Amino acid sequence: MNPPMITEHAIQAAYLAATVLFILSLKWLSAPATARRGVRCGEIGMLLAIVATLLYHGIVDYRWIAIGLVLGSIIGVPLGLVQMTAVPQRTALSHAFGAFSVVLVGTAEYYLRAPNVPGFTMAVLAIEVILGSLTFTGSLMAAGKLQEVLPQRPITYKGQNLVNLSLLAIAVIIAVVLVLHPHRMALFPLMIILPLAFGVMMIVPIGGADMPTVISLLNSYAGLSAAAMGFALDSKLLIVAGALDGSSGFILSVIMSKAMNRSFTNVLFGAFGQVQASAAAAGQARNVRSASPEEAAGILAAANSVAIIPGYGMAVAQAQHKVRELFDALVRRGVDVKFGIHPVAGRMPGHMNVLLAEADIPYDRLLDMEEINPDFPQTDVALVIGANDVTNPAARTDTASPIYGMPIMDVDKARTVMVIKRSMSPGFAGIDNPLYSLDRTLMLFGDAKGFVGEIVKELAGHAAAAH
Amino acid sequence: MPSDLITSLYVFVLAGFVGFEVIRRVSPLLHTPLMSLTNALDAIAVVGAIVLAGEGKTTLATVLGTVAVVASMSNVVGGFLITDRMLGMFKASKAKKRQ
Repeated sequence: MNPPMITEHAIQAAYLAATVLFILSLKWLSAPATARRGVRCGEIGMLLAIVATLLYHGIVDYRWIAIGLVLGSIIGVPLGLVQMTAVPQRTALSHAFGAFSVVLVGTAEYYLRAPNVPGFTMAVLAIEVILGSLTFTGSLMAAGKLQEVLPQRPITYKGQNLVNLSLLAIAVIIAVVLVLHPHRMALFPLMIILPLAFGVMMIVPIGGADMPTVISLLNSYAGLSAAAMGFALDSKLLIVAGALDGSSGFILSVIMSKAMNRSFTNVLFGAFGQVQASAAAAGQARNVRSASPEEAAGILAAANSVAIIPGYGMAVAQAQHKVRELFDALVRRGVDVKFGIHPVAGRMPGHMNVLLAEADIPYDRLLDMEEINPDFPQTDVALVIGANDVTNPAARTDTASPIYGMPIMDVDKARTVMVIKRSMSPGFAGIDNPLYSLDRTLMLFGDAKGFVGEIVKELAGHAAAAH
Repeated sequence: MPSDLITSLYVFVLAGFVGFEVIRRVSPLLHTPLMSLTNALDAIAVVGAIVLAGEGKTTLATVLGTVAVVASMSNVVGGFLITDRMLGMFKASKAKKRQ
């Protein structure tokens, strides 16, 4: 064997090792105890693959590679150090970067091979470029909405789905034409521009509450475009990484769409944000009971078990650290405190868990919806902080409700329900919540951070009085 | 169809199943780190970009390749960094007692 042959084998062996390490990495991520080992594993796999690639005999000039690697690392560090509340937009931005990279490579590959591109290669390049382009602009739009530089309000108009789908359909037709007639090079840029426009249009009708589904879906698209790139470059490593990312995004999209009560086809075509149409009969004068921080503290102190249900409102109010103080104060008194987390409680899958973990709440106290729901009938107090629609019992009982069928936290089954809320105004989706007028419900009107802080102060007072 | 393609399709389908089985087991607790980790792994696209940037075949390919290396590498570094930071925050009850 001549030396290049040996190097080539070594490169392939390194890629194979990286593939194994990537799969192990995700396997170890399944539980908090082994998760960091999973990250190490992924890092080693990545390093191996990059070093092996640098040995490739076809590389004649290392200057641009070095500049790219260094510059990318410099940009990557601040993106890895963002605040935990900003993780959703950071994630959307990284989907955009990943897709951007895939489109650039696909474009370069096309112009290197054109006009004599074999049909199959053209087809995978087309998939790569179309998926990559729409993920790029779609993710940028999502990041903009999450960062609130773009209006979060969904913008809808008549025939929106038709316009959007035609954009995509034309891009696909162009792809077919290019597969049949690869020499029509002028068509290639169109195959990038149309999906770029589609990506923007796809996110325009989407509101903030739908972001968990959208981010998951874009994650899946980013993975699939990378897998297509693997087909084009005949890189098995890339195909595996893309397929892993694609299936991860797919699973998360399905979980999120179920939690949001949307059908999966509805999600696939990006046609969200249309449920809000009928805000249920608002303004009915309902009797609600309210309580002061002092009364709330008294009830919590007397409880044996408390379930706290945080929603995004808690994160917006930056109340998680005050909630941790409340948690500590109650645990010190021997109260069993758990957190019940709805799958769409944050702005991306699992976001609320990260926010609470950051506030130093032990992860074994964080239960997901299916784990905590059977416990509510035996729970003394359910304390809802900044969550609304996910606690709405109408989703179980009222077939006319727009959220009928949505899986919810069964807080209304707890012995006492306390809801911290600014006012009686309806929630994000504009739907009336009958939970608030139940006999067992006490409304705690005020800002989440301030109110929880006052409860903590009262509890400290109780403790001092008891000693 | 070329046999390379067939092999690639097998790899894709099998990897998809492996991904499905492995990721299904990830606790909802860790869905955010899951997404940032898969994102970092997905940035393996950097290997394709490196080859383009280094082969020096055409100016266009070199320029696009270099920009792609920058974009992918920022995901590699940022993705692993934030995943590790997030996972470092997850502590069990026992460890919480001021160590």
